[in-house]
Amino acid sequence: MMLIETAAPLAAAAESGDIWSQIYVFVLATFIGLGVIRRVSRLLHTPLMSLTNAISAIAVVGAILVAGPDYPVEIRFLGAIAVFASVTNIVSGFLITERMLKMFKTEKKPAEGHHP
Amino acid sequence: MTHGLVQLAYLVATALFVFALHWMNAPATARRGVYAGVLGMTLAVVATWVQPEVVHHLWIVIAVVAGFAVGVPLSRVPLTAVPQRTALSHAFGGLAAGLVGTAKFYLWFGEGSAQLTAFRTTAIIAEVLLGFLTFTGSLMAAGKLQEVKWIPQRPVTYPGQNLTNIGLLVLAAALGVGIVLNPTAAWAPLAFAGIVALALAFGVLLIIPIGGADMPTVIAILNAYAGLAAVAMGFVLDNKLLITAGALDGSSGLILAVIMCKAMNRSFTNVLFGAFGQVQQAKAGGEERVYRAETIEGAGQVLEQANLVVIVPGYGMAVAQAQHKVRELYDQLKKRGITVKFAIHPVAGRMPGHMNVLLAEADIPYTDLVEMDEINPDMPQVDVALVVGANDVVNPAARSDKGSPIYGMPIIDADRARTVFAIKRSKNPGFAGIDNELYFADKTWMLFGDAKNVIGELVKQLSGGSGMH
Repeated sequence: MMLIETAAPLAAAAESGDIWSQIYVFVLATFIGLGVIRRVSRLLHTPLMSLTNAISAIAVVGAILVAGPDYPVEIRFLGAIAVFASVTNIVSGFLITERMLKMFKTEKKPAEGHHP
Repeated sequence: MTHGLVQLAYLVATALFVFALHWMNAPATARRGVYAGVLGMTLAVVATWVQPEVVHHLWIVIAVVAGFAVGVPLSRVPLTAVPQRTALSHAFGGLAAGLVGTAKFYLWFGEGSAQLTAFRTTAIIAEVLLGFLTFTGSLMAAGKLQEVKWIPQRPVTYPGQNLTNIGLLVLAAALGVGIVLNPTAAWAPLAFAGIVALALAFGVLLIIPIGGADMPTVIAILNAYAGLAAVAMGFVLDNKLLITAGALDGSSGLILAVIMCKAMNRSFTNVLFGAFGQVQQAKAGGEERVYRAETIEGAGQVLEQANLVVIVPGYGMAVAQAQHKVRELYDQLKKRGITVKFAIHPVAGRMPGHMNVLLAEADIPYTDLVEMDEINPDMPQVDVALVVGANDVVNPAARSDKGSPIYGMPIIDADRARTVFAIKRSKNPGFAGIDNELYFADKTWMLFGDAKNVIGELVKQLSGGSGMH
């Protein structure tokens, strides 16, 4: 009983410190994002979208941490579906971005025909 | 792997993601961005997977394999289908966030009061709200773009629509506040399920009043939501990599949405709650006006005489799959020493940058793709403006007619060219149902027919013509 009573405020203090550092990270990352994205060539807005799609599928990290540990089966099942959804986005996002970017050329190469 | 090493891997992954986006600032470096992204992602996944708490591997392996099995075909869709693929991937992103949030809530609820702190609970509720509304909303958007039969293409509106939507959101928020205040109450799991259901319904209702022409903005907004859902997941799991990557995605969606809105002279709220397609139906009608049609032969001759030709592509080019024929026309004109440029409106097509990708696919050098703001000052010097499947983005009513629903929208000044040829599939008005003044101007000649066929005929005319005359 005593232990819990002394531990609780400590935990709360630690958590509130964490909250603020998380919010800092969020705000600063948003500024970086706005700065970087604003400079992205307008030509590339479609590939940009598929690239950020793939990057935001970093949710896979959270999904693994739900699907992997020794949690109840239902919980892990939800996690596994989330892993599936995220991996789909990672794979298709990066591949299609690469595919689209390959098409952007300055001048046509006369000798080269279409890809098989 | 120790905690420190994992954090280091996450930090490096974060830096790689920032570089990935930075390299997108020019086509020459953009592919490097993809490699940086892949490297960062691999690093993050490996660092997470090897953590000692991850003890069950079978399902993860199956999920990863299934992800590859679905992801690879999804990356090979035709480029005209990229908008719906993008919407679908927002749906997957939202689903992942929603499921992780749901799993964490029931897990922590089962473990007792200490876990569900006010901050965590708030973050979880934000995560599932954003995640699940992005999920169904993006599915609806993808369905509309794919023209799935049972999803209406035209905006669906009914009286009290906005009130219903806002009511749903308020109800979900109220349930959320209730759970944050009493996270261990016996009814909390039920209320949580209610939030999930409301978010799913809200996503659908949010998208049904939105028409095809607004899709670029909507896709960008859904992109931002998917990013924010990942941020909320980062808050829930106290994971700064998730927070950073989500924030990058969120800010990207936000910037694209702002660009799209500016390009249509509209606000976010107007796109989301304005039910665009609805208002202007009444304006149609009035006196019967006559288009002036031109023959392929005539158009070919005028094009041959030109020095500077500007092609204005729109969604109709994508629908007709005409981009490769357009390239052949481009080649024919170039061969004659004619300068050919493409005028790209930011909202042409169904997602940001859609036209650029289609034209790049057809092997047109990106140096000939010119943004609206850059080409407009040169339009009076243009001999021929060829409009291929574009409509509202060249409608001069946007400049002059205060009563027009698109009044104030920046347009490509095709009407300032010396001659205008407009290819149009039928004599019906465009997506937004607005009559286009450009088509009735003195200098405009219509070429009726499917864009692909018409341009194919033009190419034939030009290639055959040079030998015969």
